[in-house]
Amino acid sequence: MALLLLLGFPLLGSLFLALAGTRLWASVANILISLGTFMGGLWLAAHVIVNGTWITAGQEFFLDSLNVFLVVLTSFIGLTTSFFSRSYMRVEQEHGRLGSRQLRLYYGMFQLFMFTMLLALTTNNMGILWVAMEGATLTTVLLVSLYRTPASIEAAWKYFILSGVGIAQALFGTILLYLAAEKILGNVGISALLWTHLNQVKSRLEPTVLSLAFVFLLVGYGTKVGLVPLHNWLPDAHAEGPAPVSAVLSGLLLNVALYAVVRCKVLVDGSAYAGLAPKLMMGFGLISVTVAAFLLWRQKDIKRLFAYSSVEHMGIATFAFGMGGAIANFAALLQMTVHSLTKSSLFFTVGHAAQQAGTQAMDRIRGLANANPAVGWSLMIGTLAIIGMPPFGVFASEFLIFLTAMREYPWATPILMGTLSVAFGAIFLRVQEMVWGETNLKPLSRTPLMFPVFLQLAMVFLLGIYIPHDLSEWYRAAAKLIG
Amino acid sequence: MTVPFLSQLIDLCAAVLLLLSFSMLSQRRVLTLVVLFALQGATLFVSIVIVAWETHQYQLFYSAALTLLLKVIFLPLILHRLIRRLGAQWETEVLLNAPRTMLAGLLLVIFAFTLAEPISRFAHTVTHSTLGIALAVVMLSFLMMITRRKAITQVIGLLAMENGLFFAATSATYGMPMVVELGVALDVLVGAVIFGVFFFHIREQFDSLDLHNLESLRED
Repeated sequence: MALLLLLGFPLLGSLFLALAGTRLWASVANILISLGTFMGGLWLAAHVIVNGTWITAGQEFFLDSLNVFLVVLTSFIGLTTSFFSRSYMRVEQEHGRLGSRQLRLYYGMFQLFMFTMLLALTTNNMGILWVAMEGATLTTVLLVSLYRTPASIEAAWKYFILSGVGIAQALFGTILLYLAAEKILGNVGISALLWTHLNQVKSRLEPTVLSLAFVFLLVGYGTKVGLVPLHNWLPDAHAEGPAPVSAVLSGLLLNVALYAVVRCKVLVDGSAYAGLAPKLMMGFGLISVTVAAFLLWRQKDIKRLFAYSSVEHMGIATFAFGMGGAIANFAALLQMTVHSLTKSSLFFTVGHAAQQAGTQAMDRIRGLANANPAVGWSLMIGTLAIIGMPPFGVFASEFLIFLTAMREYPWATPILMGTLSVAFGAIFLRVQEMVWGETNLKPLSRTPLMFPVFLQLAMVFLLGIYIPHDLSEWYRAAAKLIG
Repeated sequence: MTVPFLSQLIDLCAAVLLLLSFSMLSQRRVLTLVVLFALQGATLFVSIVIVAWETHQYQLFYSAALTLLLKVIFLPLILHRLIRRLGAQWETEVLLNAPRTMLAGLLLVIFAFTLAEPISRFAHTVTHSTLGIALAVVMLSFLMMITRRKAITQVIGLLAMENGLFFAATSATYGMPMVVELGVALDVLVGAVIFGVFFFHIREQFDSLDLHNLESLRED
């Protein structure tokens, strides 16, 4: 029932908004639909906490502490983003950058995107997971090109083609997985692709085929995570799309893609070549962190800057999942949570700042704190959080990852330390120039809606100083599932 | 030992698929590419029917029907109409160094066979020997996407890659579960609508479907 609510709200909501999206109240309807989805997510989480792992609907759906926690996070960010969309899109419409038909496309596709994300998280079928991940690209590709500017069309085309090629690799990986499973589980049709079944027999699956499958799956879903060198679509898509789309791409899509990689890793862990998956993930993770940190210095566009910071944080999380073990997994899950909370709130703030300045070029935005204290200070605080300053949550998760790295893989620590300081410097220098000093900005015609930003930053702050007992138990259970 | 007649037919289909991939790689006219793509879909359809017939895997008939509808009729039709409406019937594109592309294609085929060898040894289907060709089709489509500079050709490359993957699924495991195949088909269908919309957006903005115009976003 809770599952029906969770998936039904966005699916039917997108149909509804596709029909009625031109109305004035569409933005409110969008918020209400997201609220319904979030309620469904909370209910589902309560159910799983009380009753434990839950497999339902002919075993097609499967919820354990790992994915139900991501379900709550995803639907929560969906909710705050729809609040933000209302205030952001109103200004865009007044400035004449978007017409009412484009807004209808936006609302309909936004809810459909939420549906694909939640389907990818809750499904038990590795094939459906693939279908949902591909669906996530298809629903967001037209949103990236929503402004119809040459640059946005180029970004969307790049996103479409690169993700299409990447995800095709994942399909081949899924076929190989099916091939390996069919041998053990027999020709049972659908059940051979169910994750729970695969997980039971994973030690008996043919190791060669399984490790090949993992390589293809990692490359495929890794394209979506934005791992270097498969990251080329990411900064363009983040920079050229509207701010709420950047927020959900960074806060949700990357997380769910990483979730898909982790699910695949769990399957390979039992096989004879168990060493391969961790090494690959650690390698991809470290390369992503390093390359992204240095590319941060060359950015001129504020949204591109934060897009590269997403590549960097996803790299850290991938590295941590690669190391494995209770603490690293715990830290990686925490990292996913705080990153998506902080980064989406940053994109909200940046969206308002760019509207005020009329540009995303960093050297033309000055004195935000003077022009609009709420936006300026939120940008500063969000930036401090994302570069890993204590006492914010990102500091806590990165600290735990450092600790594990120092104990298990000491050689990786200097690389991580060095690149993180490089990233720290790049982001902080650029942002402080934008926040302090004389302002050249005109005030906004409407007061921006800042409470989603404050709420999310407050949560990141709280997670940095104190993780509630229940939540940490939950993380621990999820970390144990990953192994 | 004699190889059964139907198995030989499947091998023949696989060979035709590979040939078609190579001819797509060297074809300059956009409209002919669509015809070649439809032929590729038709060959795929025939091979799936033969596999279904020979192995009594009757659920494969559904996926054959799906292939026929989507890959042989619907997608080529929609591509054809798009090209006509964009007025691109007579467009050709300059091939960059055709002999070198062909040579790269040959190397890719060898690589595909090497990669497929351990997998096809493991697969127990009658068609396991064609897995190498399926992988080769995927890689040749990839090569086509890299070497071409027109939006339509890139999309045809992407769709041909999907054909190759479908062939791989049939030859390695007698097809994926039905739900998954339907989902994949749905994604391809939605993708087709989206790239249709895209062609017009690109044309509107750049007055041509040439992707040379789409190279301004990069790190410098």
